[in-house]
Amino acid sequence: MTAPGETPRFRPGVKFRFDPVRQAWMVLAPEKLFLPDEIAVEVLKRIDGTRTTALIVDDLAQAFQAPRETIETDVRAMLADLVQRGAISL
Amino acid sequence: MGLIAELTHRCPLSCAYCSNPLELERASAELDTATWLDVLDQAAALGVLHVHFTGGEPMARKDLTQLVRRAAELQLYTNLITSGVLLDDRAMDALMAAGIDHIQLSLQDIEPEAGDRSGGLKGGHAKKLAAAERIRAAGLPLTLNFVIHRGNADRTAQMLDLGEALGATRIEIAHTQYYGWGLLNRAALLPTFAQLESATAAVEAARARFGARIAVDYVVPDYFAARPKACMGGWGQRFINVSPSGKALPCHAAETLPGFAFPSVREVSLADIWTGAEAFQRFRGVEGAPEACRSCERVEIDWGGCRCQAFALAGDATRIDPACALSPDHALMRQAIEAADFDAPLTPRLIRR
Repeated sequence: MTAPGETPRFRPGVKFRFDPVRQAWMVLAPEKLFLPDEIAVEVLKRIDGTRTTALIVDDLAQAFQAPRETIETDVRAMLADLVQRGAISL
Repeated sequence: MGLIAELTHRCPLSCAYCSNPLELERASAELDTATWLDVLDQAAALGVLHVHFTGGEPMARKDLTQLVRRAAELQLYTNLITSGVLLDDRAMDALMAAGIDHIQLSLQDIEPEAGDRSGGLKGGHAKKLAAAERIRAAGLPLTLNFVIHRGNADRTAQMLDLGEALGATRIEIAHTQYYGWGLLNRAALLPTFAQLESATAAVEAARARFGARIAVDYVVPDYFAARPKACMGGWGQRFINVSPSGKALPCHAAETLPGFAFPSVREVSLADIWTGAEAFQRFRGVEGAPEACRSCERVEIDWGGCRCQAFALAGDATRIDPACALSPDHALMRQAIEAADFDAPLTPRLIRR
C-alpha cells in the first residue's frame, strides 16, 4: 500500500516519453518497454520526483472533475503496478 | 524496436567466448562519425526506441560521446554495453553529460586472476570493479553481465553475490552463445550438465533472495534445451544490427549465412532496409520459419529458433534450429556436449593482422 506522504519517482534508467512515430507514450527501461494506458499516462506525467502521491491525486481530481476517493483508488493501484514493473519507486 | 550499433570490433579484451565473427572488421573499414549520426537520425524516424552501443568495445571509438549525445537528443534510450576497462572518470563524466541512460558492464569472473586470464588483459578485472563504482556514483542503474562457461560456471553463486555487493540492480547470467569465437572454442566452453544444474540453482536461489531489489536475467544454453530461443525476438522483427563497416543485419551472426546480400547503411536507407531488403524478409514471421515449424503451436514464440545456429550446426539455415527436440538434428547438441573437453585449447579472439 502507498502512504499519503510518499513521493513517486522514476527509477534510475527509466525514461518516460512520447513517441511521435507511434503517437503513444512509452516507458522505456534497459531491455524493455511498455505502453501505459491512458490513466497511467496521466499519473506518469505528474511524476517529477517532488510531487507527493496526495498532490498528484489532488491535481487529477481537479483536472478530471472526479471524486477524490475514486481517483485515489485508481492512482494507488496504478502506482503499485508501476512499482511492480520496475518503472518507479515510492 | 531496437538498433544494435556495433561501433567497432576493436576490443582491449580477447575473450574466447566472444560472439563476434571470426573475420573481425578493421578500424579502417569502420563507418565514420557522420554516417553513424545519420543512422541514428534515420533510426529515430523509423520508430527505433532503444539504441545499444556495442562492439567489440564501443568505448574504443573516440566519437562515442558524440553519438550518445545525438541519440539522447533524439530521445532514444541509450544503452552502452561495455567491458568497462576504458571507463575512467573523464569518460564517465562525458557520457553523463551526453545523456547516457544505462550502462551494462561485463565481468569475466569473481576475482582478478581468473577474470584477467579469461579477458586476456592484465589489470582488467580491477578496472571493471572501478567502472562499476563510477557507474553507481554517477547515479545510473548498474547492470552486470557475466558470460558463463565450463571454466567459471561453478562460481555462479559468487558472481551473484559480487553483483549484489557492487550495488547492481540487474545481473545477467548468460550461458555462452555459441557463435563466432564461442563456437570455435565450444569444446572447451560447454559446461557439464551438473554445472548447468548448479548454475541454474544458484540463479533461482538469488532470485528468491533478491526479490524485486535486483533483477536476475538468465540466458540458458541451447545445447541443453528442449526448445529453441526466439533469436533476436524473431528474424527482422525487433532489431536492426549495424556492423562496424555499416552492414545492416537481422542479427550479429547473420553474416555467417551464405547466399545473402546484406545491404549497407552507406548505400540504402534504414527504412528501405527494414521494409524492403530481401535479407530482412527471408526468415521473417511465420512464413519465414522452417516449413515444419509453421504449424507448431510455438511458432509465434520461437519462430523456429535461430537460423544462424541451424546453418552452423546442420549446414542449412532453413532447417529447424537443432536446439529444438523436434529437430531431426537435435542429436548434434548431445554430440557436442559429449565432445566437450576441458583440456581443449582456447583460441582468444584476435583481429588478424
